[in-house]
Amino acid sequence: MDSVEERDTEIKAPSVIDRYYTRWYRADMKGKPCEDHCILQHSNRICVVTLAETHPILQDGRTIKSINYQISNGCSRLKNKVFGKSKRGGQFLTDFAPLCRITCTDESEYTIYSCIRGRLLEVNENILERPALLLEKPSTEGYIAVILPKFEESKSITENLLSREEFERVVSKRSVAVQSQP
Amino acid sequence: VMLPLKDKDKPVVQKLLSAGCCARCVLRFCCVSVQAETLKELHCFIGDTTDSGAAKSTEENKDEPAEDPPSKRPKLEPSLTGAELDQGSTAEKLKDEESQVCVVCLGILQELCDKNQAIKIVEAVKGENYEFDTLVLSVSLPAQLCVREHSCWLHVKTQLREKSIILGKDDVIQVKEAFKWIMQSLVAKELGGVAVSPFEVGVEFTHPETDADCHFLYVSNSSNIFTPGLFFLSHYPCPPIQTTTRCSAQDVQCLHTSVFVAGRYNKFCRSLPQTPWVIDGERRMESSVEELIATPIVSAFRAQGFNFSSSGREDVDVRTLGNGRPFAMELLNPHRSRFNRVQMKQLQETINNSSDKIRVRDLQVVTREAMSRMKEGEEEKTKSYTALIWTQKPICSEDITFIDGIKDLTLEQKTPLRVLHRRVLAVRPRVIHSMTTRFLDPHHFYLGLKTQAGTYIKEFVHGDFGRTKPNLCQLLKTETDILELDVEVGWKPLI
Repeated sequence: MDSVEERDTEIKAPSVIDRYYTRWYRADMKGKPCEDHCILQHSNRICVVTLAETHPILQDGRTIKSINYQISNGCSRLKNKVFGKSKRGGQFLTDFAPLCRITCTDESEYTIYSCIRGRLLEVNENILERPALLLEKPSTEGYIAVILPKFEESKSITENLLSREEFERVVSKRSVAVQSQP
Repeated sequence: VMLPLKDKDKPVVQKLLSAGCCARCVLRFCCVSVQAETLKELHCFIGDTTDSGAAKSTEENKDEPAEDPPSKRPKLEPSLTGAELDQGSTAEKLKDEESQVCVVCLGILQELCDKNQAIKIVEAVKGENYEFDTLVLSVSLPAQLCVREHSCWLHVKTQLREKSIILGKDDVIQVKEAFKWIMQSLVAKELGGVAVSPFEVGVEFTHPETDADCHFLYVSNSSNIFTPGLFFLSHYPCPPIQTTTRCSAQDVQCLHTSVFVAGRYNKFCRSLPQTPWVIDGERRMESSVEELIATPIVSAFRAQGFNFSSSGREDVDVRTLGNGRPFAMELLNPHRSRFNRVQMKQLQETINNSSDKIRVRDLQVVTREAMSRMKEGEEEKTKSYTALIWTQKPICSEDITFIDGIKDLTLEQKTPLRVLHRRVLAVRPRVIHSMTTRFLDPHHFYLGLKTQAGTYIKEFVHGDFGRTKPNLCQLLKTETDILELDVEVGWKPLI
């Protein structure tokens, strides 16, 4: 192989997510404070739903008691099945479609939402087996679901989402608000 | 030399001539093929003119018993002078008849298959500048010729039945066959070639004046099936109506059957897609493996297009090392097709000198079967890869030993997210047969892998959100990433 230059091992080269995905955010989902979601959009338009690092589940040393993909009597995200290249049969989701309900050991409950319109391809079953994954690696192995937006909508789905910079501004405003409270 | 016609043919000849058929068509209906123009001889035969000519032919054939129509072998007759005939009024009548457009072939077997036409075709072929040893002539005729043929056949069928002669439709020589017999040798003589050939010269004729002749056939009516004869006669004149124009010849279409070229390629560039990368009409990345290899070859063979196919392929950012990946390409309508070994080697050099991004070897002309064999065995092969790995945690010697010791590790790989938009969602079991490591620095090492064909290496290294299990992150218990990847295509017998 070609010779490799001295690599500065302190600074890491862009990660897989940095290279191929764009981070989009939905803050205070359904009005609930700090329930922030992060959507990772691949250059091929496939989206991965994850918890933003500011989400309450990831704060204050919480641990997870249970994760439930049964969102209603008639609907379990685990039953989702897609067929063929066109991914027929996948449950169609809108922005506020619930994906799962997470209960923490301190009895706090959170619903994770789709945040975008599209076809549900899969939900992460690894976090059912090992909920700690969600806490340790919320942006990668602890992802919630994979969604395929309609081809025509692949650009427009991000209209309701915040870019990374916009999200950071929202977050910094929160800490200012907290500080300025008497 | 006399025409091989018999007494029994006389009424047929008479009836067809008065219906407006040309001499060659008349002879077709008598199951005789004659090269030269023989209208005069026909008139002779039926006794249209007085004295010697007529007498001779009838004398010759008088004692012959009635026979089944002879076989359709073409008989090459030398040009006839027709010196036996009277001049004057007969000649005038003949001249008129000769200039009339035949009601059956619409001129195809009249002036449209003479030496002048052959020369026109030859000029067109020469103009396209093909290289060939042999040629085959293909002809396209207006559909109404079938309708008119059928009409004439019906016209004479009744006549023959009276004489207890059976003339089957299949006994009549087809216009297309007669045309090809005449023209193939005329054209071949001018160009110097033989039939049965990969080079096809296509001649097409149209006759707009009579295109409507076929329209009655489009009528959808169940009565057609049960009484086809009646149906035909009630919709179409028998014999067919005379026309004022003859067929027109369209432009000659030349086509050489595809030629196939194969070889192996190496790729040394980490920013070169396999095929042109164009989105919304805009090119996203310069050039491609396909274009770099195909362009000089298409140019050398003077082909109109190509189909490129390789035995597997690699990502844009992956190099192909080792012996190289087998590929084959079909060259469409090549104007040049003969290349000897020396010339192929020169062509290979041209490709290799044109770019340092790829390299080609074993370039050779192959058969069509090579294209399909190309894809065979893609699944069976074992692949060798070298990857440059980054780790978050510093690597220790235990890690190295551990990796080196892994044998036949089975992975469960869900369809990687990066290809999921165009592939079926599935879980694929794939085996990594062995791995080797070469330490670079505490956070980097080279990883050599021997894997089953179809294994996603990148996903094995970074885990693809944990959707490939086990993965290198799990094995080394640290975040890992792949910075570079090379593939070495295994050794395979020469095509």
